[in-house]
Amino acid sequence: MFAHIWSHFDYWAMIFLAMAGLFIVIARGNLIKKLVGLGIFQTSVYLLYLGPAKIVGGTAPIVDTAFKVYSNPLPHVLILTAIVVGVATLALGLALVVRIREAYGTIEEDEVLRRDAQPAGEEAPQ
Amino acid sequence: MTRDMVLRVVAKLLIPFILLFALYVQFHGDFGPGGGFQAGVVFAAAMVFYAVIYGLDNARRVLPDWLVESMIAAGVLLYLGVGFAGLMLGGNFLDYFVLDPDPVAGQHRGIFWVEAGVAITVSGVMLKIFYLFAGRGTDGEQ
Amino acid sequence: MEALIVNVLLAMMMVAVVVLARTRNLFAVIVLAGLYSFLMATVMVALDAVDVAMTEAAVGAGVSTVLLLGALHLCRSEEAKPVHKPWLPLAVTAATGLVLVYGTWDLPAFSDPEAPIHKHVAPRYLEEGPRETGIPNMVTAVLASYRGYDTLGETTVVFTAGAGIIALLRRRRRAAADKEAP
Repeated sequence: MFAHIWSHFDYWAMIFLAMAGLFIVIARGNLIKKLVGLGIFQTSVYLLYLGPAKIVGGTAPIVDTAFKVYSNPLPHVLILTAIVVGVATLALGLALVVRIREAYGTIEEDEVLRRDAQPAGEEAPQ
Repeated sequence: MTRDMVLRVVAKLLIPFILLFALYVQFHGDFGPGGGFQAGVVFAAAMVFYAVIYGLDNARRVLPDWLVESMIAAGVLLYLGVGFAGLMLGGNFLDYFVLDPDPVAGQHRGIFWVEAGVAITVSGVMLKIFYLFAGRGTDGEQ
Repeated sequence: MEALIVNVLLAMMMVAVVVLARTRNLFAVIVLAGLYSFLMATVMVALDAVDVAMTEAAVGAGVSTVLLLGALHLCRSEEAKPVHKPWLPLAVTAATGLVLVYGTWDLPAFSDPEAPIHKHVAPRYLEEGPRETGIPNMVTAVLASYRGYDTLGETTVVFTAGAGIIALLRRRRRAAADKEAP
């Protein structure tokens, strides 16, 4: 049982990190912190792909005559794309947060929703 | 930041090496870890470093806005250009074997230009985002 | 031994994320996010994913931190507000986590050479790749040559993100001056 847990520990760490990121997104009200939580959620998924690709006793997938066993290069390629897409979405999200701050004066989610719920004209945005 | 002598001197010493490292990562991506994305980000990091130490206006003088915006589009166009070159030389879209009489040399050529396109776009986007974020607080303060 | 290194680093990442969830000072949150990215890059080096580690270190610990700090400076928000007791989100995430643990119970063990992931197309890339493309780095070969179409899509995604941010944050000076005038 313990051997099974130890050999699957990377999956469980990935699940813990993903759930922690999800918790930050749904339970915290500050928009910047939500974006950081979303980034943590995205980053933890990389572990799900890179864990099975590794072979102990092998090396990085750069072919050389001195080595015979290599790690699987295919998940590396997928995760490279995922990292760059992640930073693109983070940058777009932060641009939206900056515009929200300028329109509502705050980046707390409940304040923004409260201002939205008020009838128009009562509280003019700055 | 420009008044701090230590920061300015260290920046002057480091920035050329960071730019050189970006070029190294770009061109040695075939033989070691590296490639277009990493090189683009390292190049943008060197320019961000310069902007933080010497001021955003000086950075805008080195890489003006129109140049950075052109870089964003030029990388994607270069990538598509390699694809269409494969089409026009008789192969499929993004076929590298037809780019040269020797197929392996054609692969080398295709990978080189494709990675260059990726690096140009990535460095342009990262730098433009920094310009927009850093330049927003200063002009037109509400 | 390598499994021990990887698992210890993963445990450190879990601690960092728990501290991040509880911290209210946004500057500390951003620094902890940079620390998390740095630990993730180290785990990737331990997992022999060197290209990915370089990208994660440059993008996650570098560019992301700069963007977050820039946004924090523009938003001028010091701290997140105190939260109510988050029992429902905790329950939801715990339940989802348990279901995922049940789902991953039978996945291949860490570093199992007989896993299905190593059987299909990866051995072909590793054996035929250096001969067909002529470059030793298999990740670059697969990224730029075998899966070049995906990389074209990814470059377009980066371009679109840049265009979107320009559209959101570009100042029109004349329009801003018109809005300012009463």
